[in-house]
Amino acid sequence: MQVRQDVVDILSGFALFADLSTPELENIVQTFGEVYFAEGERVIRQGLTATGFYVIVEGGAIISVGGKERASLRPGDFFGEISCLLGEPPTADIIARQALRCLVLPPAAVEEFLVANPHVMYRVLQGEARKLRTTTRWLG
Amino acid sequence: MAGLTDRPFPPGRYELVVVGSGPGALQLTYSLRRLGIDHAVISRDDSPGGMFRKWPIFQRMLSWTKPYADQERGTSAYQRYDWNSLLGDDEETRAIMPSVMDGTSYFPSRPEMERGLVTFAERAKLQVRYGCEWLSTKRLDDGEFALETSDGEYRARTVVFAVGVAQPWRPKVLNLEGVQEYGQLRPIETYRDRRVFIVGKQNSGFEIATGLLPWARQIVLSSPSPAQLSVQTHSLVGVRARYVQPYEDWALAGGVVILDASIESVERDGPVFHVTTKSAHEDRPRHFAVDDVIAATGFTCPLRDLADIGVATFGQSRLPAQTPFWESATVPGIYFAGTINQGAQGLRKHGIPSNSGAVQGYRYNARCLARHIAEKRFGAVPMRTPMGADEVIPFLLAEASRGPELWNQRSYLAQVVSFRDGEIFREGIQPLAHFVDDEHGPDAVAITLESNGHDDPYPTAYVRRRGQTLRERSLAPDPLLDFEGPSYQRELGAALEPLLDPNLTRVAT
Repeated sequence: MQVRQDVVDILSGFALFADLSTPELENIVQTFGEVYFAEGERVIRQGLTATGFYVIVEGGAIISVGGKERASLRPGDFFGEISCLLGEPPTADIIARQALRCLVLPPAAVEEFLVANPHVMYRVLQGEARKLRTTTRWLG
Repeated sequence: MAGLTDRPFPPGRYELVVVGSGPGALQLTYSLRRLGIDHAVISRDDSPGGMFRKWPIFQRMLSWTKPYADQERGTSAYQRYDWNSLLGDDEETRAIMPSVMDGTSYFPSRPEMERGLVTFAERAKLQVRYGCEWLSTKRLDDGEFALETSDGEYRARTVVFAVGVAQPWRPKVLNLEGVQEYGQLRPIETYRDRRVFIVGKQNSGFEIATGLLPWARQIVLSSPSPAQLSVQTHSLVGVRARYVQPYEDWALAGGVVILDASIESVERDGPVFHVTTKSAHEDRPRHFAVDDVIAATGFTCPLRDLADIGVATFGQSRLPAQTPFWESATVPGIYFAGTINQGAQGLRKHGIPSNSGAVQGYRYNARCLARHIAEKRFGAVPMRTPMGADEVIPFLLAEASRGPELWNQRSYLAQVVSFRDGEIFREGIQPLAHFVDDEHGPDAVAITLESNGHDDPYPTAYVRRRGQTLRERSLAPDPLLDFEGPSYQRELGAALEPLLDPNLTRVAT
């Protein structure tokens, strides 16, 4: 199946995929599934296993822990990776703030994908470093 | 069966209109009638069967019906082995498919599938206004919808579209005269000794390649990502085993070429197509000169102008975004049935989608949807059956072992038992995504069957208690798929402790 060019164009503008060629971006669009969530719908649920690694294509979402809003997410942001990497249930709800389109990769496919795409893995690591920094600031 | 000369449901106002006459629409209208919900059904076709009257192009279904199985034909447990029959409440409408198949394959042929659907419609005396094509849609100020059809205007407060996902889609690079698509193939013998380039490595691409194996001189299949096989994913994701022969041909270097590459360009020079591909793993493009190019690049929903009235769609298939009960996420009152239900994706646990794209999945959605419409749109009193505390665990484990909804819609449909004011009720089948997000629902347990892509299936219980976070408890897999033994009773009993007294004889206080 050939992929939809509009999604490839959107991904090419994201920092996460900034190092990839067009065929690599097309491969990503085909490897990931596309999902849609209406405003207010939960994308991943605190405590429920086996969700996935999500990249926001359009729209926005909030991170909610124990019913308290902690942060917001926008196109290009990703979430769910910690749960996939650790094999543990998510520790937060992700809720669509408005109509939300995401690409999603199943938990079992995350390792293979990151190993095959080291530039994306580096960008993910940068994202984790920022999250760690933010968390450290909260604790401080 | 009503034919074109005996046409029910003339244009006018109805509380509910169903559009379509494929298996999804037939199951829905049957289930609505059983609940006493008046409605009209219209279809542009002239008999039941939907796309099965022309597809799959190589004649047999991908879904099986086992004539002989470990459960008696006609029982609900038998439905696990019969993926193609619609669901009837009486003997003559149950398990019709094995009775119309000739025994040469457990995949029904296209005519057998059509015969099964016609037989169901006849025996259930389903009424459909055939030859009535839905053309356009308006959303009126009073909240109703107006459907313009080839027979005139229908108005309704609630409309269900069951129009399939069978409109071939192709990317711009393949918009070239002479490029064929699924459903437009020539008679098979005309591919004799020709070089054929198939774009797409999903079931439709491999189905075409399988059909062409004895005819074509060379077959190339290409798409950016590697092909997945269902026997590896342990799910319906990937190419089904019936169509794996071209894959083996490639693996054994028999002549078939399978590429992980995108199509850069397709140009035509007289009778020859020049195809250029580009792979993420190679520096240079590749060039092919072939006699035929076939686009097996997916399908979309024929939703006509529904986007213009606000129905949000997503993905390459332009599936309508849906609530867990298959209502448009953006236009209340518009529902969907049949294979379009793939747009209500559920939890997609472990990345495995529902079976809503196939009869064995969406037939249960339709039954669940009929009940939901009856309650939400027609004010029917919710149906729930009282049960004793000592019945809860055996009932849930029996459902996990034999409940057809749970088997055919894993981690998607759940059997629910509620605990209301000291009493216990069977609530019936609900979408799991609805259950886990129903924060205002009563204390309850939902049981599902779950697959994770590598182990045998296993039951998972979701326990909801007001004021507490939903708890999930997966039980161990069993190679014989029997979850009713003492260890399962103990394990599920422990999971239900917030709801049931430890001796399982009464509701916990």
